[in-house]
Amino acid sequence: MQKTSKLSRDGAVWGLLMVAPTIIGLLVLNIWPFIETIYMSFSKSLPFGEFEFEGLDNYIEMFQNPEFWKATGNTILFCILTVPVGIFLALLVAVLLNSKIRGRTTFRAIFFLPMVVAPAAVAMVWKWIFNTQYGILNTAFGQNVGWLTDPHLVLLTCAVVQIWSNIGYDAVLLLAGLQNVSQTLYEAADLDGASKVRQFFSITLPMVSPTLFVVLIMRLMSSLKVFDLVYMMVDDANPALNDAQTLMSLFYRESFIAGDKGYASAIVVWTVLLIGIVTVIQFVGQKKWVNYEV
Amino acid sequence: METSMKTNRRLGEGLTYTVLILGSVVMIFPFVWMVLTCFKTQAESMAIPPQILPSHWDLENFVTALQSLPFVNLYINTALLIVLRVICAVVFSSMAGYAFAKLNFPCKNLLFSIVLVQMMLPSQIFITPQYLMLARMGQTNTIFALVFPGIVSAFGTFFLRQTYLGIPNEIAEAAYLDGCTKWQTFTKVMFPLTGSSCAALAIFTAVFAYSDLMWPLICNTDLNMMTLSAGLSTLNGQYTTNFPVLMAGSLLAMVPMVVLYLIFQKQFIQGIAMTGGK
Repeated sequence: MQKTSKLSRDGAVWGLLMVAPTIIGLLVLNIWPFIETIYMSFSKSLPFGEFEFEGLDNYIEMFQNPEFWKATGNTILFCILTVPVGIFLALLVAVLLNSKIRGRTTFRAIFFLPMVVAPAAVAMVWKWIFNTQYGILNTAFGQNVGWLTDPHLVLLTCAVVQIWSNIGYDAVLLLAGLQNVSQTLYEAADLDGASKVRQFFSITLPMVSPTLFVVLIMRLMSSLKVFDLVYMMVDDANPALNDAQTLMSLFYRESFIAGDKGYASAIVVWTVLLIGIVTVIQFVGQKKWVNYEV
Repeated sequence: METSMKTNRRLGEGLTYTVLILGSVVMIFPFVWMVLTCFKTQAESMAIPPQILPSHWDLENFVTALQSLPFVNLYINTALLIVLRVICAVVFSSMAGYAFAKLNFPCKNLLFSIVLVQMMLPSQIFITPQYLMLARMGQTNTIFALVFPGIVSAFGTFFLRQTYLGIPNEIAEAAYLDGCTKWQTFTKVMFPLTGSSCAALAIFTAVFAYSDLMWPLICNTDLNMMTLSAGLSTLNGQYTTNFPVLMAGSLLAMVPMVVLYLIFQKQFIQGIAMTGGK
């Protein structure tokens, strides 16, 4: 019925015309560059933006480079530091905001605030707070901790700021998921004498698991390609630079500062593969814990 | 029994407030500290033990920040970037989203898979060829360069397709039978029904265009053509230890968006909740 309706039957020309700008745009701006990046990763960069095919050289060079493995390790560590804690805290905030309390919208607005501040400005103020000599965190407690200069701490500090930045965004998404949970489920559980904690694990968590899964995938992806925050917080003169270098900061440096676009393309292809693998694992794993039945 | 439940509830409420208030303090403190630092002299900002309030509410740091960066240009560039990207995203995605949802045309599935592929790939994989393309056109250091990778939006297309799928076919059919042309059916009848989705897409596009750093850093290296984010990163290099000036610059960069947010708070949060998951 739907297929034979008059509107859609005559729509062929209009349909093609209306998708044309988007499709042409995507082909030129994304699909072709995607193919080019893969080609570049197998090529040597020559002056004037030319490339010469040379096979696996960039990948061999990359896999032999300790700096590359360090960046891969940093990126994965950053993920481990930010994703579980971040999602836990966002869920906590969402659950608390979902209860009947006064000032809900104000609290929600406060937690969401970092989302509308550019990461560049966020990084700047945290860099000041974490400053070793004059930062308020150290001076207030008479400490001298190198939050951003100690090789063992720098990534953790960046992770804290990342979690702080995203908590409100994730909480807003989770809150939308929580609000879809039918109130009657809780009423029934109350009658059965189930405790609030029990209700959380038996009702809330399974019902909100699809939203939780979306947030998890999104956070994993954004942590694996983190750039702006680390780039702004850890500058070139920082002694701990190498310990906070993520794959995307390495990519940026290689491609646009060192100018080795072939090698940089190999790094970005590797990052995309890494994101792909992690995402596939999540989609396989979701069967065990995500509940799509209402 | 009754009273113990009541105390329990009160206890739970008290705990909820405590956690939320503590959390809010952690969320707001950096911004308060930023504002306080802006007005301090460099010596005051470095005092040990720390000095909480500035001795004079001096605007000197703002003057220094305004002199070191062409803020007027940065505001204009950022505003143009946001407005142009929002217009492009809403117009082109509405057209494509409507066509994918309501019209039949050859290769529809194949073409839609292009949209899905773009959504799955992180933007960094396109960025080097996009830059080389732009450089070959001789368009670096222009407004066009800033907008360039965001002229079309795969996410917007996907999102608005969902919206149009939710509108019953009968509405479009009726308009068409009443003598609207296909284009009029879209512009006069269907498009106006998607107001809240378009607003959500606009907010989503604006927030992400505003916070993007890597592309503006790459495409426009001339200070006068930078965005606020990219400008801040150069200030960062210029005044490594003069935090009052850095804080003044950051405050100047964040104020317009925060003011917009405070006015349209509900729309911002709804928009993000609607587009959520990207």
